[in-house]
Parts: sequence; C-alpha cells; structure tokens
Amino acid sequence: MRTSNSQRTRTRHHTRAEAQAPSLVMVLAFVALAFLLIPLAGLLQETPWSELPELLASPTAVEALRLSLVTSILAAAVATILGVPLAWVLARREFRGQRLVRGVVLLPLVLPPVVGGVALLTAFGRRGLLGQYLYDWFGIQLPFSTAGVVMAEAFVAMPFLVLTVEGALRGIDPRFEMAARTLGASPRTVFFRITMPMISASLIAGIVLAWARALGEFGATITFAGNFPGVTQTLPLAVYSALEVSRDEALALSLVLLAVSLTVLISLRGRFLGSRS
Amino acid sequence: MSLAAHITTTVGTVTIDAELTCGPGETVALLGPNGAGKSTLLAAIAGLRAIDDGYIRIDSTSVDEPARAIFLPPEHRRVGVLFQDYLLFPHMTVCQNIAFGPKNLGIAPEAEWIAALGLTDLLDHKPSELSGGQSQRVALARALATSPRLLLLDEPLAALDASTKQAVRAELRSFLQQFEYGTVIVTHDPVDALVLADRIVVLEDGRITQEGPTAVVAREPRTEYLATVLGVTLVRGVARSGVIACDAGGELITSVEIDGTVVAVIRPQAISLHAGKPEGSARNVWRTSVTRVDAHGEHVRVDLAGPPPLSAAITRAAVAELGIAPGREIWASVKATDVSVHSA
Repeated sequence: MRTSNSQRTRTRHHTRAEAQAPSLVMVLAFVALAFLLIPLAGLLQETPWSELPELLASPTAVEALRLSLVTSILAAAVATILGVPLAWVLARREFRGQRLVRGVVLLPLVLPPVVGGVALLTAFGRRGLLGQYLYDWFGIQLPFSTAGVVMAEAFVAMPFLVLTVEGALRGIDPRFEMAARTLGASPRTVFFRITMPMISASLIAGIVLAWARALGEFGATITFAGNFPGVTQTLPLAVYSALEVSRDEALALSLVLLAVSLTVLISLRGRFLGSRS
Repeated sequence: MSLAAHITTTVGTVTIDAELTCGPGETVALLGPNGAGKSTLLAAIAGLRAIDDGYIRIDSTSVDEPARAIFLPPEHRRVGVLFQDYLLFPHMTVCQNIAFGPKNLGIAPEAEWIAALGLTDLLDHKPSELSGGQSQRVALARALATSPRLLLLDEPLAALDASTKQAVRAELRSFLQQFEYGTVIVTHDPVDALVLADRIVVLEDGRITQEGPTAVVAREPRTEYLATVLGVTLVRGVARSGVIACDAGGELITSVEIDGTVVAVIRPQAISLHAGKPEGSARNVWRTSVTRVDAHGEHVRVDLAGPPPLSAAITRAAVAELGIAPGREIWASVKATDVSVHSA
C-alpha cells in the first residue's frame, strides 16, 4: 500500500513537470541549441587538424598571436587600473549625473565597435580633439600604432570590468570598511587590504572578462589602428585577412580564439553566469 | 574621563542633542528604542560621522569640535568598536584580524586578551568557521588589540541566539569588570543594560530622558518607554541549587541551576497581586505591603516591600479592584520560570 502510494505521488510529479514544458517550447529550445552549436561543429569539422601545427607556426600567425597576447594583457591592465577606481566611485559615492556617467560607462557594451573606432579616431587621430596636441606637442601618434590597438581594446573591454567590480562593491557591507577605519586603517589601507581582497573573486572575473573581450576585439581596432601585420594585426584581424588568402589558416586561427573563449567561460563558470554551486 | 561629549546632530527626522560621559573603568549603557539615535551617537564617537555642533573628548583629547574646526578621523581616535554583527574580515584568519589594528598603528599588539578570551586555539581559523560566541570574542580581542582608550559596544549580544546569549553576557560582564578604560554599550535590550552597565543613559527621540545608576533607573523608570521595557525587579544574590539568597533579604526560587553570584530579573508583568493567599502553582509567594504606586499611561507600577523589594505592573482596573494604595497589605506571587537568572 505504502509503495503504491509513493509511486503514485512520483508519477503525478512527473506528469506535472512534463505538462509545464509544451512540446513547442522543447522543439524551439532544441533549434536554438543547434543554431549555437552547428557553426562550432562546422569550424571543428573543417579545421585542417593535420596541418594545424604548421599553420599556427606561420610568421603571420605567430606575429598575430604574440601581438594579441601583448595588447590584450595591456588593455586588461589599463581597464583594471582605470576601471576599478571608476567602479568604486560609482558604487560608493552619490553625485549629480551619476546615471549619466553609468550610461556612458555602459555605452561601449552596446555601441557597434566600428563606431567606437571612429570615435577614437576623432578624439585621438592626428587632427582629433586631443590627438592634434599629442602630435603637435609630443609627436605622439596613436592611430595605426600598437598603442592604438591597446586603446581600442581597452575602450570596449572596460565596461565589463567596471560592471563586475561595481556589482561586487555594492555587494559588500560598507561597515566592514568602517570597522577597518576604527582599527587604525587609513582610507588607502582600507581600499587595498579590506575592499579589494573582499571582492577578489569578482575582480579576477572582471579582469578575465575584460581580457577576453580585448582579445576578441575587431571593429574598433581595425578602424582606429588599422590592419598592419606585426604592428596592429591581432588574431581576429589575422583571421579576417587570412579568409581572403588561406581558408585553412583562418580556420586554424579561429580555433585558437575558440579554445581561449571556452577556457575563459569554463574557468568563470558560476562566477559570472550566476550558477553558484 | 574616558569620554566627555555633547553631541548635536541631525539624522533623518531625528535631531540628536545629548550629553554623555563615561569615566575610566565605568560601563555606561545607552538604552533606547529603535530609531532613537543610539547608533548615530556611537558612530559620531567612533568618528564614522561628523557632528553638527558640540564636542567629543576621548581621554581628555578633543576629537570632534566643529566650533574649533577639529575633526580627528576614526583611525586616529583610539576607540575600539565592537559592531553588532562583529564584521570580522572574512578573508583574514582570526590572528590576522586581531593583528590588523596594531599593524596599521605601528604598535605592538595588546595580546593579553587573546588568552584571556580563550582564543589561543582559534588563531588559525577563518571567521566563517567560528560560532557566534567565538566571533564575538574575536571581535572584542580585535578591538582591544589597539589598546583603545574607550570601548564602544553596538548591540553586542543581538546577533547571538538565546541559548548562547546568557553565557556570552556573563563572559562580557566579567571582562568589562577588568577593563580599565570606559565602555559605552548601545542596546535596546534592557537585560543587557541591567546586567552589564554601572550606569544607564536613556535616549528617546534624540534626547536623554533619564540617566542614573543601573539599580536606580531599573527601579524607578520615569518615562513611559522605560516603564514598559524596564520597571523590572533587579535582585542581586547568591544562587545555590535553584534558590537565590538575595542580598536585600529573602529568597527567590528559580527554575535554573546556576550557582554563584547572580543577577535575577523579574519583569513587572510577571508579578501577580492578590487580595488573599494565591491558590495557583507559583512557587514564590509573599505577604507584603505596598510602598509606592505610580501611574504611567494605562500601566500602574506598584512597588512592594518584599523582601526582596519587588516592582509589579498592573492595570488601572486591577488597582481599583484590589484597593491598592501605599501601606496596604497584599499577596504577591511569581512563577519560578519567570525569574530570569544571569551569572554576574
């Protein structure tokens, strides 16, 4: 009797769970998944695995890989050094125009990167708003230089860091910082020994996200910095250029970017995607 | 004076205007309802917010005095604060938490409390591994490690569950008796004030409405708020096998087995008054005389000779029904379970 009772309960549960997912939803969900997976499968299937080492060892590929690593790491560093203080101000201070500032910070997230590149040109180009003085006074020319690549990448990557860090800062009780003050800590000590360590997990997540975004940057870079092998041609730009010459090389370089993206995603699982386990 | 302050400041709709002093070795309880401005006073003394007018002197040094443009930031005040939920830094071990203050100030850590508070075996633990009582002791040791000239305790027992509260309160009391500087405790729990403080300062709506030695304030609450939360009977004595021999004479039968010096607290509502000998199961029964009758709103406080002296609270209707007036002989009773006992 007891057995059949529990069986009945279980069956009823089962039925109800199924009833909540109509077949149309299931079908569309499956189509969505396929839509996301099939291009990746295509990439993997087309990849010339046997020639992979050779393709990745080509001078263009090596140069692009090296340049991408250097510029994306520098861009992540710039985004961190400037973005953390900005996040702190947004989280800890109230001021007029705060919503506007937050909007501006988020802008590069939704702005087409190519527009970001044009905007950077108008600001830092040789005849740009600031660029003319940089060039006239110091002879510094940012567009079409490696420094320009770093700027373009930092421009699009910074919002990821600011958003992540600001959220984390809002999540910690500011009274921890007050407690530290009563224990003889200066505001500076509080920032470095209490605030930063308490948000370290989110800070790392923000840096990795910003770095991954910088690594994949294409539109702003090609607009602001151009596409010169060895100077401004990063991995995504190299993939784009290679498509016209050697499809296999494009595929090999794409695979590298895919691998990096997957690694980042897996290492951040739960931290950014909200599935804390 | 460890603390001498006259604080004027506004927070929200409450204007605070209060004078507060605390002598060396003294424990002052700042008692009041939520929103009275207690925490604001504490934050002002600690330097976590500036006052609008008045002065705050700690160990005879002015730390906040708008008229003289003095404001010393919290890190230079030598005030130890025990926060309500302790706020132990989660990324540091117990040892690092305690060493944090002395390191900032460049002084040798005051380590004597680590052993005295029983923390020697916990030094390598992270705060997340500690119980509520242990966290409280670590927070206290951390606050004391900087050799503060004044200790501020913000609702020190509020974060603990009822079962550990008793024990921790007794520990805290024995600690406060050894502490050589002044201590200010902010609390809305009258029992904390009664057991821990030498003096009670009552803050209501930003103003001090009553202050005095703990026993006096407990016996003679002069405001309606106090009369409802206090007006308690506070009995000191020595407990043995559930019976307290009261210092003021007489005995109290309790339902707890705590031996040694104790403070017993009886809520005024727990004392029943009767015209004739009560029939019920209450184990403490007195035939005694009324010494004073005092009305606060609907409630009437009736003081009884005891021994020990008792304070009951009854309604106006009951006063009329029992014909209560000073000098009248009546019966009083209290259940053993209504006598709360605190080690002292």
